[in-house]
Amino acid sequence: MSQAVVDTAEVGRGATRSRPWRILFAAAWGQHRTKVGVAITLALVLIALIGPFVTPYPPDQGVENQLPFAKPSADAWLGTDTIGRDVLSRFLAGGLSVLILAGLSTAIGVSLGVAVGLVAAYSRGKLDDLLMRGMDVILSFPQIVFALVLAATVGPALWLLVLAVALTTTPRAARVARGAAVEIVERDFVRAAEAIGLPRRRILFSEVLPNITSPLVVETTLRLTFNIAVVAGLSFLGFGLQPPAADWGLMINENKNGLTIQPWPVVMPIIAIGLLTIGTSLIGDGLNRAAIGIERGRRGSE
Amino acid sequence: MRGLTGFVVRRLLLGLVTLLVASVVIFATTQALPGDAARSILGRSATPESLAELRRQLGLDKSVVAQYREWITGFVTGDLGMSLANRLPVTEVMGERLLYSVFLMLIAAVISIPFGIALGAVSARRRDGPFDQVTSILTLGFAALPEFVVGISLAVLFSTTVWNVLPSVIVTEPGVGPWHYPKELILPITTLVIAVVPYTARIMRASTVEILESDFVEMARLKGLSESRVLWRHAVPNALAPSFQVAAINLAYLAGGIVVVEAVFNYPGIGLLLVDSVRVRDMPVVQAVALLIAALYVGLNLLADVATILVSPRLRTSLE
Amino acid sequence: MNAAAALEVVELRIELDDGDHEDIVDEVSFRVAAGEILGLVGESGSGKTTVGLAVLGHTRRGARIRRGEVRIEGRDILALTALERQRLRGKLVSYVPQDPASALNPAMRVGKQLEEALTEHGFGASDAERRERIVETLGEVLLPVGDAFLRSYPHQLSGGQQQRVALAMAFANRPRVIVLDEPTTGLDVTTQAHVLETVRDLCGAHGVAAVYVSHDLAVVATLADRVAVLYGGRLAEVGPTGTLFRAAAHPYTRRLVEAIPELSGEHALVGIPGTAPRPGHRPQGCFFAPRCTYARPDCLSAEPPLAEVSAEHRARCFYWADVILEAAAARPEATPRPEIEVDDALVGVRELNAWYGRRQVLFDIDLVVRPRECLALVGESGSGKTTLARCIGGLHTRYDGELTFKGQPLAAGSQARDAAARREIQYVFQSPYNSLNPRKTIGQIVAQPLRLFFSAAGTEGRRRVSDALERVQLSSTVINRYPHQLSGGERQRVAIARALAAEPQLLVCDEVTSALDVSVQAAIIDVLAELQRELHIGLLFVTHNLALIRTIAQEVAVMSEGRIVERGIVDSVLDDPQADYTRRLLADTPSLEAALAASA
Repeated sequence: MSQAVVDTAEVGRGATRSRPWRILFAAAWGQHRTKVGVAITLALVLIALIGPFVTPYPPDQGVENQLPFAKPSADAWLGTDTIGRDVLSRFLAGGLSVLILAGLSTAIGVSLGVAVGLVAAYSRGKLDDLLMRGMDVILSFPQIVFALVLAATVGPALWLLVLAVALTTTPRAARVARGAAVEIVERDFVRAAEAIGLPRRRILFSEVLPNITSPLVVETTLRLTFNIAVVAGLSFLGFGLQPPAADWGLMINENKNGLTIQPWPVVMPIIAIGLLTIGTSLIGDGLNRAAIGIERGRRGSE
Repeated sequence: MRGLTGFVVRRLLLGLVTLLVASVVIFATTQALPGDAARSILGRSATPESLAELRRQLGLDKSVVAQYREWITGFVTGDLGMSLANRLPVTEVMGERLLYSVFLMLIAAVISIPFGIALGAVSARRRDGPFDQVTSILTLGFAALPEFVVGISLAVLFSTTVWNVLPSVIVTEPGVGPWHYPKELILPITTLVIAVVPYTARIMRASTVEILESDFVEMARLKGLSESRVLWRHAVPNALAPSFQVAAINLAYLAGGIVVVEAVFNYPGIGLLLVDSVRVRDMPVVQAVALLIAALYVGLNLLADVATILVSPRLRTSLE
Repeated sequence: MNAAAALEVVELRIELDDGDHEDIVDEVSFRVAAGEILGLVGESGSGKTTVGLAVLGHTRRGARIRRGEVRIEGRDILALTALERQRLRGKLVSYVPQDPASALNPAMRVGKQLEEALTEHGFGASDAERRERIVETLGEVLLPVGDAFLRSYPHQLSGGQQQRVALAMAFANRPRVIVLDEPTTGLDVTTQAHVLETVRDLCGAHGVAAVYVSHDLAVVATLADRVAVLYGGRLAEVGPTGTLFRAAAHPYTRRLVEAIPELSGEHALVGIPGTAPRPGHRPQGCFFAPRCTYARPDCLSAEPPLAEVSAEHRARCFYWADVILEAAAARPEATPRPEIEVDDALVGVRELNAWYGRRQVLFDIDLVVRPRECLALVGESGSGKTTLARCIGGLHTRYDGELTFKGQPLAAGSQARDAAARREIQYVFQSPYNSLNPRKTIGQIVAQPLRLFFSAAGTEGRRRVSDALERVQLSSTVINRYPHQLSGGERQRVAIARALAAEPQLLVCDEVTSALDVSVQAAIIDVLAELQRELHIGLLFVTHNLALIRTIAQEVAVMSEGRIVERGIVDSVLDDPQADYTRRLLADTPSLEAALAASA
């Protein structure tokens, strides 16, 4: 088999370690890019989670003897920001919000999307049409525009941000879920379950859902990558956490004007957000290639 | 109505219905204010009379359905209402900024669409080789980066910190077209291109690989056709459909991306207008811009679908 | 040995292109004379398609030709450059693919694709000349010659027409060698008969050497002059058709012949236990030894060479002499089927009409399935047999008419039926690759009806699962395995076990052996026949293969285009068919015995 795709033909043919989950993750882990992705993402997640507890200074107070936009020094390793706060402290404290908001909205959005996609795929006919047209309406907006429109009503509110991003994630996840489920729903083992009279809901969750986990896992990481960008972007535009909170997106916004003198309060969050999205993206790609490889291996054994 | 025209008409209607529902969504969310437009304009110290007067002026005293009807008919006839922020017609406020945004998008599209398609096709052709491996990693990395990360990184590199060769902020005069500021356009355009190309290249690569590994391409080789004939007469015609999809996705992506990119570079387009209007709750402008962008999205998808049908004989004849 | 063969394959070795370089095929050699047809026979995993492609010097992605020669009219095409090989393909040596629907460019008109085969190889000095050749070729394959046809797209043609277009493309340049890869798969029997005839005529008329790759021995026996049998990537036996099938020298060929269903139903259908080894899993010694009844200890340690049985006949076996000797001994005779008891109907169908969307697919069906008997439902694709089976099984609801089960009216669709009806009628699907949930273990799959109908869980449940598996001759070690770890035949047994676990009174089997290799098919039929005898259940056996029914069914209903054209006791219908359609079906179905009788 070519190098580019993981050769899991062996696995597909009859390895003893056979639980589908383990096969997927093991195959994904076997690739360089996944390992790199996990390392990067883990590092940043740790910074975001532990950071707030190890800040040298409280993130919302000024540093003594330091002017705004001061260069890095022994007192403030990354210098100070636009109103004299320690950049390092604000950086360490600023990741948690991005992580939680992006993670929460992705989890909610994907769950809703999967439910919609499954029901649509199984019902076919009118319900399918109705649901997917509804999804199309949400899809006629870029994610950020939708969030902005919602923000225009009640102003920047965190619950609104999560709602907006989750709602825009739903149709994208629903499309993928439906696409994968439609193929499964045609298979004879679903017919067999229907024939012995298994109730619809049981069939969806116990027969269909376990068979679409591979594309769903890949799509979830993809959505997470995008949502991190959207959430950080909204914060950057001023619709996320409000000052004086510490937030990477907000930091970029606040300190944009001082780029020529003191780039660090902008550069650090930029690097962090960039690395985080690259990390999740690598993991998603690793999973994707693993899933393709397994599929090819399975087909080869037929 | 049967046939190809029937299909196009049906698809058009579907698009319009989707757009209509989208407009209802826009209107419902923006008009269902817990707050009150009149109050937020006049402030807390406003008298009840002035509030009532302003409400009447803004048409907020009518039923929601009537307001919607007014709004949507106005939209179709070109009257988008009045901006709350500066009491000018929305069309006037949007006019020049729309030009700026469209210009930016167009230049970015003209560069990124062919580039993305070509990159994807060549990667597919040389798959698993060194070119493909390197490209694959690069596109993966760049596709993941948020646009503002790309934009600000470019600004840091070329404008403020590392080198100081390009302006990162644009200062414009009213009435002057965007083409008068070529230097200021470089960074925003580059940002958009870098944001979009990797994404579309990956999609193009996947579609092209599927075709190159299909049975009929293998059969063409077994017939003894030359490689170039296999590529150009068998593979490419079947790759047209996916590339239209790719182009449409590309453009749609750009439409979403300009919001953030314009904010980064302070570029006076409708993206920045949207952000500013949301901040001050200038509803008519928000509604108009949102609906415009939605119309663009729906229109692009429609074009892509119709173009796909036109290009696939199988789908075309199944309609006749 | 006569003049140089048109095609000569010498010691071909093709291996996987990964780190291990395991072989797909090795030591494959054969020759085909001009005008001769060689049948290349094998089951899944034998490598026959790979060899077929290699005759054109082509391999699929992931495989590489490592060693060997492919000489066409004396020239070794493997030694040529890629460009030279490309020039020869389509001109000196052509290929007819298995699935013409996916092998024709969907975006190019048929006429253009035909033209291209000529222009690319520099045929003809003018358009008119090329047009003439196209007309000639189309006539030879019995396709219409008008402009309308040439301007159509592949998807607008029927399967048979698409296959003929592929044939026309292959013969257009009058090649010396042609490789046909199971070109009649998916075609109905009558079209298949025509296509085979066309192939034979064309090869004879133009003196083309043909390699016909197939798993269908009956077809090969009808068409080929000589046969090469592949097993596990090695040549097991090669020789003249009649000799090979009547007096095989290799145990595998012998067993294969015994596994082929016969219309006469004289002999018992005997399957081969176990499965064929795939690349990378091939055993030491003779590849067939683990499944061979003639195996001696030395068979397991050393690979036998290709031994010469006679001038034209070779077999890769140490003990071929013994095999030939035993071939003279009688084959086991078929066990007689149980007599029909004339009882009240188990399933009654009256005036049934069924639709798919707006299209009517069943017309006025009247049928009776008796308890404890097997009724075969025979027809080609599109005859409606599967739809009828699905109506009875509760999987299709768009019908009107009356269905009764044990005298009581049967509701349409399993969702509307009561638990008893759902339990007592069980359905086994055609594809074992599709009918088991890939994410569940075998134990969970078989336990599903147990939990639903008997609320059997825990130890009781496990015991019942083991019992069901034992009935289909599967050991309980498979309980914790996943479907992808089992072979096709094993998976189909699991599907049957699942149906049995519900303790049904009627088993509806929908083409349950069509997706399986011949050797495995026989074993499954065996299992079903035995189950029917032991458990006294009714069996509705749907198939397109007439030859199968004598081994298992008492009564048969022949269907065509949504109607039952003939019904009755199997022996009567097969020996003395009344309906025209039945007669035609019997005449067109390729039969091994008929072919051998004709050549004797």
